[in-house]
Amino acid sequence: MSKRIDVENLDVYYGDFLAVEGVSMAIEPRSVTALIGPSGCGKSTFLRTLNRMHEVIPGARVEGRAVMDGQDLYAPEVDPVQVRRQVGMVFQRPNPFPTMSIADNVLAGVRLNNKRISKGDAADTVERSLRGANLWNEVKDRLDKPGSSLSGGQQQRLCIARAIAVEPQVLLMDEPCSALDPISTLAIEDLMSELKNDYTIVIVTHNMQQAARVSDRTAFFNIAGTGQPGKLIEMADTPTMFSSPSVPATEDYISGRFG
Amino acid sequence: MTPVPTSSQDSTVPGGGQAPHGAVTTAAGTPAGVPAGGRRTTAATMDEDMHDDSSAWAAPGPTAVDHRVSGHAQPPAPAVSLRASGASRVADTIFKGVSGATGVLILVVLAAVAGFLVLRAWPALTASPDELAKISWMNGQSLLEYVGPLVFGTLLSAILALGLAVPLSLGIALFITHYAPRRAAQALGYVIDLLAAIPSVVYGLWGALWLAPVLDPIFRWLSDTLGFIPLFAGYTAPARNVLAAATVLAVMIIPIITAVSREVFFQTPVLHEEAALALGATRWETIRMAVLPFGRSGLVSASMLGLGRALGETMAVLMILSPGYLFSFFLLKPGQHQSIAANIAAKFPEASGLSVSVLIATGLALFVITLAVNMVARWIIARRAEFSGAN
Ligand SMILES: Nc1ncnc2c1ncn2[C@@H]1O[C@H](COP(=O)(O)OP(=O)(O)O)[C@@H](O)[C@H]1O
Ligand SMILES: [Mg+2]
Repeated sequence: MSKRIDVENLDVYYGDFLAVEGVSMAIEPRSVTALIGPSGCGKSTFLRTLNRMHEVIPGARVEGRAVMDGQDLYAPEVDPVQVRRQVGMVFQRPNPFPTMSIADNVLAGVRLNNKRISKGDAADTVERSLRGANLWNEVKDRLDKPGSSLSGGQQQRLCIARAIAVEPQVLLMDEPCSALDPISTLAIEDLMSELKNDYTIVIVTHNMQQAARVSDRTAFFNIAGTGQPGKLIEMADTPTMFSSPSVPATEDYISGRFG
Repeated sequence: MTPVPTSSQDSTVPGGGQAPHGAVTTAAGTPAGVPAGGRRTTAATMDEDMHDDSSAWAAPGPTAVDHRVSGHAQPPAPAVSLRASGASRVADTIFKGVSGATGVLILVVLAAVAGFLVLRAWPALTASPDELAKISWMNGQSLLEYVGPLVFGTLLSAILALGLAVPLSLGIALFITHYAPRRAAQALGYVIDLLAAIPSVVYGLWGALWLAPVLDPIFRWLSDTLGFIPLFAGYTAPARNVLAAATVLAVMIIPIITAVSREVFFQTPVLHEEAALALGATRWETIRMAVLPFGRSGLVSASMLGLGRALGETMAVLMILSPGYLFSFFLLKPGQHQSIAANIAAKFPEASGLSVSVLIATGLALFVITLAVNMVARWIIARRAEFSGAN
């Protein structure tokens, strides 16, 4: 249950504003791909095109192709809702549903597909997903408490559990640790290296060390200036990117000379 | 690391629309972001804050180094005095005093109204059956026997109205916030607000002269096909029954319920709607997962506001309903029901002495009902506060 995505010449618009231009990249299955680059260069925007979340913003649209295992996600017959069921997403801010218990949060996506899930199956899914998100031991005694009663790091792992409960092909993470303390961040980084055995993971991060620690491949985005579209500057295996990038701007960014 | 002048806006901007999304300011002072295009800020635009390292700074190209130098050139922050200034302390005290006084004033007014009602109703509450029998329209009933059907009629018409209005208002509010294109939504919202401004006597005229003939064939059909259910049995034209009155009441309370729910729905955190969408929820599933649960207590308040208005509505009921004083569930028969407010308005001009007290006693009953409705609403809202969006 993990698929590759090949992006070809993707242009991403907000109304008339071209936010990201001409991105082509291959996202390998069972690996972590990190997207890095200065703020505003379109990392989030690009990430959200991979599960068609971009178009929920009024006026937002995409040109080009994003092909997941042979199927163009933007083909006319493709239902964005079905895309999102296969490509899960974790946001920067932990966003468990405040009106749902921990268990119901985990099951939220599952229930969309399967309304009449049996009690036993539900309990299994909750345990499997929470274990998968390294959260089970912390919450197993209070599954009926609201998700918002957890700490920020726990909430984020709950969101990861909710995303993996539906067994997606791909998991997108938009700066999943930037609202968290260092310990929770480490917990989630550990989790990512486990999850990549089963999932294709794409993560946006502002943290170079994090990209170096968790990712297999790294893509560097940049913008030429305010109001200009963001572009993919270079993409390579993470060790190569961090030791000998081929573009000077990448080296400048990675070594902290700007951004 | 050099501190970089990033704007530290809180990204939890409520869905107002105009809020510039967490714009990053470059050292040159120009905002790096463009204002959000949509009516709401989305999570995609919410990620430029929260980095206290310099990486939060969108600095294009190698000129970045120069920008950082200008970052150094920031004037040092002035030393801050920790002592509150005298002026701000006075303002604070005044504000505290004024807000406290208004709170007390509201309580005083409430107590004064309750006191007035009890005081003026007292003669009726303590009157002997013989004295009450002298009031022709009491038909020899005791006060309780007289108030009972009125309370029943009031509750019945208001609850019927609520039952008609809430689903419609919810539908309209959801359509405005989640389905309609922006232009249409604005226009519709405007029309709804206008409807709220129409005086109730106009609704009464409209109900009696226009709506009643329109309802006539519908009620006839209801009575013919569903007449075996006692609720719908025995329709007699013209449509001056409690269901017709409730229909007009529903039209009257739709604007307020819609307006409040619309505000509540607009405030649904984008974060939660996107969480549902990203799980593969359809628009309707998103509404069920994120919008309705978040708005639930707001919806209860909206409905209670509507119920309060329906309970106390006088003119429309007076002009439409052909009155009766029964505990009757025949919704389509005329001459079965009457509401407290309409009854007071109908009887008050002719009343004097003890009969005024009787009417005030019915008013006291209405006052108690409205208070009770509000308390129940509060209780419903508080019951699951733990799971509300508030935390
Ligand atoms: N909802 C939106 N409406 C209009 N423009 C947007 C919106 N969200 C982001 N943008 C613009 O798109 C560009 C890329 O933003 P974003 O993808 O958030 O960058 P990053 O995640 O790399 O910091 C920026 O110029 C930003 O101002
Ligand atoms: Mg971003």
